Amino acid sequence: MNLIQKIKKNVLIPFFAFIFAFFIGGLVIVFSDPEVMSNLKSPSKFLTTALSKIGNSYLAVFQGSIFDINLARGESFFKGFYPLSETIVTATPLILTGLAVTLAFRSGLFNIGAQGQFIFGAIGASYVGFHFDLPPVIHPIVAIITGVFLAGIYGGIVGLLKAKTGAHEVIVTIMLNYIAGFFILWVLKTSVFLRPGRIDPLAPEVNPNSRLSQFLGEDLRIHVGIFIALAAALFVWWLLKKSTLGFKFRAVGANANAARSAGISIAFVTTSTMVLCGGLAGLGGAVHVLGTEYALTNNIGGSLGFDAITVALLGGAAPLGTVIAALLFAALRTGGTTLQSNTGTPAEIIQVIQALIVLFIAAPALIKGIFRLKQSSTDKTLTAKGWNG
Amino acid sequence: MSLELKGITKKFGSLIANDSINLKVAKGEIHAILGENGAGKSTLMNVVYGLTQADSGSIWVDGSEVKISEPSDALNFGIGMVHQHFMLVPVFTVAENIVLGHEVSKRGILSLAEARMKIEQIAAEFKFEVNPDELIENLPVGVQQRVEIIRALMYDAKVLILDEPTAVLTPQETNELLNIMRTLKSKGTSIIFITHKLREVKEVADQITIIRLGKVVGSAKPNASEEELANLMVGRPVDLTPNVAKSKMGEITLKISNLSVSNQTGRTIVNNISLEVKAGEILAIAGVQGNGQSELVRAIMNLEENITGSIQLLGEELVGKSVHQTIHSGVAYIPESRELDGLVGTFSIAENLVLDTHGLAPFSRAGQLSASKISDTATKLKTEFDIRAQSIYDTANSLSGGNKQKVVLARELSRQVRLVVACQPTRGLDVGSIEFVHERLLVERNSGRAVLLMSTELDEVAALADRIAVIYRGEILGIVDANVSREKLGLMMAGIR
Repeated sequence: MNLIQKIKKNVLIPFFAFIFAFFIGGLVIVFSDPEVMSNLKSPSKFLTTALSKIGNSYLAVFQGSIFDINLARGESFFKGFYPLSETIVTATPLILTGLAVTLAFRSGLFNIGAQGQFIFGAIGASYVGFHFDLPPVIHPIVAIITGVFLAGIYGGIVGLLKAKTGAHEVIVTIMLNYIAGFFILWVLKTSVFLRPGRIDPLAPEVNPNSRLSQFLGEDLRIHVGIFIALAAALFVWWLLKKSTLGFKFRAVGANANAARSAGISIAFVTTSTMVLCGGLAGLGGAVHVLGTEYALTNNIGGSLGFDAITVALLGGAAPLGTVIAALLFAALRTGGTTLQSNTGTPAEIIQVIQALIVLFIAAPALIKGIFRLKQSSTDKTLTAKGWNG
Repeated sequence: MSLELKGITKKFGSLIANDSINLKVAKGEIHAILGENGAGKSTLMNVVYGLTQADSGSIWVDGSEVKISEPSDALNFGIGMVHQHFMLVPVFTVAENIVLGHEVSKRGILSLAEARMKIEQIAAEFKFEVNPDELIENLPVGVQQRVEIIRALMYDAKVLILDEPTAVLTPQETNELLNIMRTLKSKGTSIIFITHKLREVKEVADQITIIRLGKVVGSAKPNASEEELANLMVGRPVDLTPNVAKSKMGEITLKISNLSVSNQTGRTIVNNISLEVKAGEILAIAGVQGNGQSELVRAIMNLEENITGSIQLLGEELVGKSVHQTIHSGVAYIPESRELDGLVGTFSIAENLVLDTHGLAPFSRAGQLSASKISDTATKLKTEFDIRAQSIYDTANSLSGGNKQKVVLARELSRQVRLVVACQPTRGLDVGSIEFVHERLLVERNSGRAVLLMSTELDEVAALADRIAVIYRGEILGIVDANVSREKLGLMMAGIR
């Protein structure tokens, strides 16, 4: 398969889904705006106000997520990229949780549990971060390793249960998400984690030594976590494409029966996949605490673990795709706040657009029909198994 | 009713699947269309049945031209089709399946009485034994096929297309089907019989048309010899009876003692079997499908869970080992289903060729795959086993059945092997590929390996085996010499000693 075919196969559908979602999103913006709708009697006026409304809204999203000319006009041009920095900060943990879902997909597993694994990574990193006093560089490394280790075990439980008892990973991960959610609540109330002088669930801030460096200065929140996330994506790519272990993963993901008949142990693949997925999501949690949040709260995970599923699907269960999809999602999210403050368009419209993108990706026939794309016989490897798998 | 096709041409991109094909089927005639996989038989029938449209050409029914753009048109003109893969809902009854799409309801409630009556009427007329209220999933494959035929007859099919109908049947079921075809013919139904099995064609057809590479390359009468037909079909001389010179048997390679296998529900599927296979011999396990032969073979590979007894390979105990250990102690495994168990369809040919050895040197070093070593080996095996593909990076899914099987053979036989376990190695393959597989198995035997051949095809067993063990209800009914008569073998397979 040459490059052009590859691009056609992997990029065209998401691209058109994206365009179409923004188109529909524009319609929703217009029809939900009473001011524009009041011009309905005069078509020309309606059209101009509608177009300017849509234009302004999407411009605001761009300003809020990539580059803000107003900020650039101030003290330094560089500052105009503040929104982009925010987007990358938001994307960093999302890339890592997204990879945790992507990798599982490729082994034929549906990892709903990135949320819980993320929380355990955050707990581990936070504890090492505030409890110990280690030299710079060493400190974040130890904290990250602790978080990844805890989350790896947490993910591994899922794999082991599936391998030994046949318990379905979807059920197990959903349950473990609940457990993690309540576990962090409890942990934050123990004397170890409770911040002195506080009674609400809030851990002490991590030691300055353990924080991930904000390499573009204090003004921009972007931190080295993004490089860790990109390195992780590169690792997953290498694992799947080049490594012996990844070959086993893909073989089991694509046809477990044939893999088993050829001597590949399904139990081993299931367990090691889930350990690695847990580790990836946990890395996300650790990086989020050490680079962005500094203090562990019970809501540290937000919806990162669930958005990860969307991101992995949007990215076609490929590492590079996951990175791009995570950046896109983060851009929409950071842009959403500016959208509301600058134009009065509700930020929820962003969720509508996100949902539409997912819908169109999930129903490729729709996009193919609308944009008259040629039906190609796709060799899809991305298939998490159903309940009998 | 007579059916005539004039100049049917169908292209898929640059591939010409049908190249101006002419065909004439007379009333009450069994017309066999013979051709290898991929010759264009199924495409032609899909055109006739309205599943796809021809680029040019015309279809004539009883001397007048008709236009068939979808299956309902075909049914209206009295053309019915039984597909190779049945279109039945397993959890529905026979009657429910037959009325599917033509349901009659009374005050909103499904009424099956009429259908049931008509089914019984047809069953009686054509001597089918079918209970309208039986669930499809409880029926043997042969009976399921009869349900498909009844469905076609229900809607007054005067021309019945049977697409590879015997591919899934046991020898007994095949004979029953051939009888049904004769009965249908005697009642005036025309039958288009698509197949690549020569014996069946000779037995039942009135007229034979041979298709190769999308073209009609000849027609023949059933009294033509099998060699003649095979040569026309493949386009070169074919050896149908591989030369089975007696081989020199060596030491006992595989020794199975008191082997029992039970399934997940605890039912015993293989019951206390003892067998020996010597180096340099082919021992065939013959039996009707579902008598425990699959489980026996899977037990040897350690793919089954509940195994008792002993399986020794040159004195080394296999029971309790992992699949990986079993494979690498010197067993080649050609599984029953290439698609399900043999190959990863979305993987490339090269990746499939190292599915078993990817973790070993030289293919893996320090946890990383060596793409160059893998492609070298794949290129070598592609030539050695004559795998017809543009590139070793094509997916396994893109290959024909015969080439898929060649990939499996290439992978399994390129290891250090003492025992070859081959299950239904030629199922669904065309003549050329069957010949290849048979030759290859004989090569293995002659080079001193032990071969355990599990097959439900009597022809195959007869052509290859040195000794035949007949399995019935999980037990070995007896081990006979290869020159035993077909009748005797058929009786044994039915459980009569």
